[in-house]
Amino acid sequence: MSAAAHVAPQRPVLEMRHISKTFGPVRALRDVSLTVNAGELHALMGENGAGKSTLMKVLSGAYRPDPGGEILIDGAPVATGDPIKARAHGIAVIYQELSLAPNLTVAQNIFLGNEPRRFGIVDRDQCNRRAKEIIERLGVSFSARALVSSLSLGERQLVEIARALSTSARIIVMDEPTTSLTSRETDRLFEVIATLKAQGIAIIYISHRMEEVYQLADRVSVLRDSGYVGTLERADLNASRLVSMMVGRDLSAFYKKDHRPPDSQRRVALSVRGMSDGGLLKDCSFDLYHGEVLALAGLVGSGRTELARLIFGADRRSTGELELDGKPIAIASPREALDAGIAYLTEDRKELGLFLDMSISDNINMGVLTRDARAGGFRDFANAERRAAKAIADLSIRTRSAQANAGSLSGGNQQKVLLARLLETEPKVVILDEPTRGVDVGAKSEIYRLIDSLAGRGIAILMISSELPEVIGVADRVLVMRDGTIAGEVTASEGRPLRQEEIMELATGAAQR
Amino acid sequence: MIDSSAATKAADQAAVRSRRLRTAFAALGMLPVLLLLAVGFQFINPRFLTGTNLLIVTQQSSINIVLAAGMTFVILTGGIDLSVGSILAASAMVAVLVSLVPDWGMLGIPAAILLGLGFGIINGLLIAYIRLPPFIVTLGSLTAVRGVARLLGEDTTVFNPDLPFDFIGNGSLFGVPWLVIIALTVVVLSWLVLKRTVLGTWIYAVGGNAEAARLTGIKVPLVLLFVYGVSGLLAGLGGVMSAARLYAANGLQLGQSYELDAIAAVILGGTSFVGGVGSIWGTLIGGLIIAVLSNGLILAGVSDIWQYIIKGLVIIVAVALDRYRLQAGART
Repeated sequence: MSAAAHVAPQRPVLEMRHISKTFGPVRALRDVSLTVNAGELHALMGENGAGKSTLMKVLSGAYRPDPGGEILIDGAPVATGDPIKARAHGIAVIYQELSLAPNLTVAQNIFLGNEPRRFGIVDRDQCNRRAKEIIERLGVSFSARALVSSLSLGERQLVEIARALSTSARIIVMDEPTTSLTSRETDRLFEVIATLKAQGIAIIYISHRMEEVYQLADRVSVLRDSGYVGTLERADLNASRLVSMMVGRDLSAFYKKDHRPPDSQRRVALSVRGMSDGGLLKDCSFDLYHGEVLALAGLVGSGRTELARLIFGADRRSTGELELDGKPIAIASPREALDAGIAYLTEDRKELGLFLDMSISDNINMGVLTRDARAGGFRDFANAERRAAKAIADLSIRTRSAQANAGSLSGGNQQKVLLARLLETEPKVVILDEPTRGVDVGAKSEIYRLIDSLAGRGIAILMISSELPEVIGVADRVLVMRDGTIAGEVTASEGRPLRQEEIMELATGAAQR
Repeated sequence: MIDSSAATKAADQAAVRSRRLRTAFAALGMLPVLLLLAVGFQFINPRFLTGTNLLIVTQQSSINIVLAAGMTFVILTGGIDLSVGSILAASAMVAVLVSLVPDWGMLGIPAAILLGLGFGIINGLLIAYIRLPPFIVTLGSLTAVRGVARLLGEDTTVFNPDLPFDFIGNGSLFGVPWLVIIALTVVVLSWLVLKRTVLGTWIYAVGGNAEAARLTGIKVPLVLLFVYGVSGLLAGLGGVMSAARLYAANGLQLGQSYELDAIAAVILGGTSFVGGVGSIWGTLIGGLIIAVLSNGLILAGVSDIWQYIIKGLVIIVAVALDRYRLQAGART
C-alpha cells in the first residue's frame, strides 16, 4: 500500500503538551501529550469516553485546556481556546455529528462562513467553480449545486471533508470518517488521504475500525480513561496489543456465537413477501427463523434500512404481506408492530431513538408505560425504577444513576439504553439497524454477547450491518441487498464458514458479470 | 454485592435529589425575580405588600395562569396555541348567553367549557392528523374564532346582572377568591397529569423527540390532540371566569392578546420553546410575575403607555438572564 511505502518526514507540525481538562469534578483529560508529524496519518484510538473527542476539542479551540497545557504548531506556542485562531493556524476538524445546513447547496456549505467575495458580495460563480474543483479531487458524483438535503449520509460526510479541504488546512482531524461511507466512497477517501499526506498535511484519524488503522496509519496513539496510554509505530502494530492498550484487558473472544443455529426443525418466525415501497424497494421476500441471527448486508443506499422500516410499519408500503408465526398480520404503524412482537433498533440513535433530555429510566421504560400503568393512567414509578435498575445491571450500562439524563451517556451506553427499551417490550422478532455504529470496542463485544443470548432464547434477529467482520462473526445466515432488491443469500454450512468475498460480490453485483 | 447495590441506591438517591434540585431551580429560577419585583414595588408604594392588594394580584393573574397552564401542555410538545384569547371570548359569550336561559342558567359553565374544548379539538385535529404547522393553524383560529365570538352576540356586549355563577368571579371560600382556587386547582391537576401519568411522560417525549416517540409506539397524533384539547378547554374555563367577573362579555374586546400574556408566562417559567423541557410550577411563577408587574406599575403611578414598554423589556431581560444562568450551569 501507498501508506506503507510513504516515509513520513520526522518534522513535528503539532505538539500538544501536558493537556488536562476538568469540567467541575470530572477530569476529562489527564496530562495528555501528543506529537504529530507533517505528512503523517496519526490514528487516535480508544473506547468511547476515553477522551479522544475532548482532546480534539481542545485542539480545535472549542475547549481551553487547564493551565499548564500548551499547544505548539511548528514549534511555536499558539493561543488555546480560540476556534478562529485555531482555524487560522490550519487546523480543521471533520465532526462525527454532521454539521451541515441541509437546505443549502453543496458549494454554499463548503464555503459557509468563508465565502469567496467580489465587491463585498458572495461570488456565486467562483463559489461553485472552486467547490467543483474540490469535489473532483474527492472523485465523487454529486454536483456542487445539489442541495445537501438530497444527499445520502455518506455523501454528506464527503461534503464535510471538502469543506476542510477548502480552508487549506494543514492538520485535518477526521472523526470516524468512514462510518457511513460505502466501500467505494471509502476507497476514494483513502486515495484523497494519500494525496493530502504527500502534500505534507498531517491527519489525525479517529477510528474504531482496526482494518482502516492498519491500512492507513503511520503511528497510532491510544487513550484510555482520560489518560495517554502510548504510541505505536507502524512497524509495531498488532491487533491484540492495540486492543489490550485500549481496554486494559485481554479480549480473547470478541465475537460470540454460542447459540446453535436453527436446524432442519426450524420454525419460521417472520415471513416477508413481496415488500415494495413504490420507490427504491422492489418485491423483497425472505423468511426469518426463531433462534436465528440473519444479517442484512449490502452497500449504503441499497435499501436495508428502508426495508426494515417498512416491516416495522414506520413507513407506508405499496405492496407486501407479513406473516408472524404462520399467521398473517397487518402492520400500519410502529405501535401495531410492537403489539405484534416486532421491535426495531434505529441506526440513528440521537435523532430517532433517544429522548436526550429525559432520564435513563424514562428512556428504558418508554415502550412499556401503558403495560405498567395503574388505574387512571398513573405511572407505577416503583416498577419503572425496578425495570431500569435491572436493565442497567443486565446490560452493564455505565452510569452513576438511572435518573441521569440519557444525553449524559457515552455512545455505547446510549445504545444499550435503546436495546434495553426494546427488550422490555418482550419482542419475538428483533430488527437491529447497525447495532454497533459509533460504539466502542468494549460495548461492541457486550452487544454481540447480548445478540447471541437473545438468539439462544429463540428470538428471531434481523441485523443490518455494514461491517463485514461483524456480519461474519455474528450471523448464521446473510441476505445481501442491492438496489432495493434482495440480491442473494449466503449461508454457512459444516466446515464452510461465511465468506466476506461472497457477500461483497453480491452487494456490488460483481457476481453477475 | 449488597454493598454495591447499597452504593447504587445511594447514588440513585443523590441523583434524584440533584435532579429534583435542578428542576426546582429551573422552575423556581424566576422566583428571585418575582420577589425582587415585589420588594421593589413595596419601596415605591407601601400599599403593594398588603393582604388586600396581594389578593387583587392573585385574582388578576388567575385567568392568565389558567390559560398559561394549557399553553404549557402545548409548548411542551414543541407547539404553540395563538387562539386562546379568541376562544376565551367566544366561551365567555356563550357563558353569558346560556346564563340568561331561565332556570338553566348554570348550564352556562359546561356550555362554555365544551365550546372551548371543541375549538381546541379542531385545532388539534388539523395539527395532528392533517399535519399543518401549529403556528399557522392557531393563527387562523385566532382570527376565525374571534369572528365567531362577535357573531354569537351579534357584535354587541351581552349582560346578565343576575349571573347565577357570579360567585366564581367575585365570591370567596374561607377568604380565598374562587378565581384563585380554580387557578391553583388547574395548576395542581396539570402537575399531576404531566408528572404522574403515562400521558404526561408521552407529552415530554413527543416534545423531546417526536420521531423517536413514534418509533417507540407512542401515538403522537393522540398526544397532540390531547394538548390542544386541554388548551382549548382551559381557554373555555377562562371564559367562564372572565364572564363571572364582569357579568358581561364582548366578542370584540374580551381576551384580546391574552395569548401573548399566556405565552410570556410559560416562557418566563423556563419552559423550552422547542419542547420537551419545562414545568407547570415555572408557569405559575411566570404568571405571577406578569401580574405583579401590571399591578405594581399601576400603584407606582406609571402611565399605561410606559407599562407596556416596561413589561416587554422585563420579559426579555428576565428570560435572557435565565438563559445565561442555565448555560453557566450546563458547563459544569
